[in-house]
Amino acid sequence: MTAAFMDTPASSYLEVEDLQVHFSTEDGVVKSVDGLSFHVDRGQTLGIVGESGSGKSVTSMAVMGLHTASNASITGSIKLDGQELVGASRETIRLLRGKKMSMIFQDPLSSMHPLYTVGNQIVEAYRIHNDVSKKAARSHAIDMLDRVGIPEPAKRIDAYPHQFSGGMRQRAMIAMSLSCDPDLLIADEPTTALDVTVQAQILDLIRDLQKEFNSAVVIITHDLGVVAELADDIMVMYAGRAAEYGSAEKLFNAPEHPYTWGLLGSMPRFDQAPTDRLMPIKGTPPSLIQVPSGCAFNPRCDYQPRVGPACLDQRPDLVDNSSDHFVACHIPPAERQQIWAQEISPRLS
Amino acid sequence: MTTSDIEDTPPTDTPGPVRHASRTPDRVSENLLVVEDLVKHFPIKGGLLQRTTGAVQAVDGVNFEVRRGETFSIVGESGCGKSTTARLITRLLEPTGGKVTFEGHDITHLSDAKMRPMRRDIQMIFQDPFSSLNPRHTVGKIVGAPYKLQGVTPEGGRKKAVQDLLETVGLSPEHYNRYPHEFSGGQRQRIGIARTLALKPKLIVADEPVSALDVSIQAQVVNLLEDLQEELDLTYVMIAHDLSVVRHVSDRVAVMYLGKIVEIGDRDDLYDRPRHPYTVAMLSAVPVADTKRRHQRERIRLEGDVPSPINPPPACRFHTRCWKAQDLCRTEEPPLLQIGTAPHSEHKVACHFPVDPPASPVG
Repeated sequence: MTAAFMDTPASSYLEVEDLQVHFSTEDGVVKSVDGLSFHVDRGQTLGIVGESGSGKSVTSMAVMGLHTASNASITGSIKLDGQELVGASRETIRLLRGKKMSMIFQDPLSSMHPLYTVGNQIVEAYRIHNDVSKKAARSHAIDMLDRVGIPEPAKRIDAYPHQFSGGMRQRAMIAMSLSCDPDLLIADEPTTALDVTVQAQILDLIRDLQKEFNSAVVIITHDLGVVAELADDIMVMYAGRAAEYGSAEKLFNAPEHPYTWGLLGSMPRFDQAPTDRLMPIKGTPPSLIQVPSGCAFNPRCDYQPRVGPACLDQRPDLVDNSSDHFVACHIPPAERQQIWAQEISPRLS
Repeated sequence: MTTSDIEDTPPTDTPGPVRHASRTPDRVSENLLVVEDLVKHFPIKGGLLQRTTGAVQAVDGVNFEVRRGETFSIVGESGCGKSTTARLITRLLEPTGGKVTFEGHDITHLSDAKMRPMRRDIQMIFQDPFSSLNPRHTVGKIVGAPYKLQGVTPEGGRKKAVQDLLETVGLSPEHYNRYPHEFSGGQRQRIGIARTLALKPKLIVADEPVSALDVSIQAQVVNLLEDLQEELDLTYVMIAHDLSVVRHVSDRVAVMYLGKIVEIGDRDDLYDRPRHPYTVAMLSAVPVADTKRRHQRERIRLEGDVPSPINPPPACRFHTRCWKAQDLCRTEEPPLLQIGTAPHSEHKVACHFPVDPPASPVG
């Protein structure tokens, strides 16, 4: 199976090219996203993985046109179904939200209006894009709540967000996001606030609904387990850039970036016998005001001494090493594969 | 000043000692902490006269013991009572009923003054490293606070002791005069751990110690906790919802549902041979970082949400969501009984119709 993003990039539903999102602050320019390219097709799921401050949420907000702060500067290109979003007016993007693209946020309580019923909020979104009566919109909203598995939807539609449990709220949020059949769904940590059994329900729901609507899905998470469940392609982000990008099979079974190795070593594996020690990455993620020169990961990388000064002063480009696997690392590809096979992989299992 | 200016030197780069061999409790399985029939009901007051109209039955008859030197974990979903249990055994909350015994002393209803000396031996690590450190105090003051509160002058003076503690947890002694905001989340959690260690406690209760941290930092802190346990002979009670982390760190695990323990046992018994339907469902829901197996795993989908602890279902509290529930489950509460086949098995389940164990152990 080849990764979707290599096949016909020209026709991808969402295409992001050299995206940069910078914020000027009193302390300096925060380069939250600094040269990021990726694409997602309809029916495909891209998982964006990274730690806090890696730029994954800033990327999704940029796609949704939600960076309205005056200190934000966005350059590069974001094309949704061929339409350029960088530089588009707020009104243009507002009309795309809901119908063409939609977002599920991490915390449904703070992203729903507490004074309106759940039903009202779904009806409002639906009527912006569809010229229907309130009554028809309401019955559509009940349908949607039913679809996401809310019991007694005809009764619960008049409930306020605080009357729902966390899992129900997240479902109501998904119902709202999907009420206009969006072509692109961005889910930013959709299950982080949820318990594991509810998380499983929500992930199943996203998977089922994607199949039904043939949407393009971008799922942003720090949980490698969640992307392994859902994603076709995975992009690992570090300090505002892609460290590694490829099919989920490649990323989990033959990862080539030392940061990806570090993430896999940090995580207790649930599917294998327990190991004695985790293998964490040393140090902490960098400040985005003073990103280390060269490869941003070099202060935390165990392999930097092997490569030498290139890591310290040359920023590695994201290079296609084989047909569908992009890695931004100065270690030569053959050596990386050898390190994975001989040093990292045996320690993980 | 940014967080990256502070060099982080975790003691995690060297391979640690092989732990599992030494910590299996074949030395002395002495109970450090015994919890019997522990109950905590939070009254709900309402109406004009603020009369008690009901109670949140947060913890409702919990029994377990924690052995010296082991890591005992309590898992469960939000609202199951695991954090309340942690606060009851550290006596941050007053139990409604039951008994907590620490090293043979009944501490269930000790007054604050009588509890104070006990607090040297029982310490707590909190989940949120941002709200559990006073932003106006320096690291030195925070980590040295236990000495001040207990009126202890450590050998070599407080400052020396605090700097030693900072080194123990992988921070630099020069951080003594810095403030919490100058540190990252992982470093703050280390500061909290240093404070916990100041009085050389015997028991550390850690409530979600790593869940607020990034994956790579989480692993550093997990390794640190394991090293400290080895070096300082600590006993941990770990409260967590991340089942992968719990499996990695624990010797024994208890699963809670709506204020009750539904299953308890050795880590391997519980993870490889779960018997309670809730444990089985919860374990099957954990996402696995393996793309090859994503379509092969059988997942048990639980319907609905956890019922309210104000008015929990009668008899077995899980029967409303259980696929094996029968009439008996709705009328008679299943006791927590031994189920393992081995004669000394400590695997206990509270279920009338436990799930059959798998034919061959998973792993």
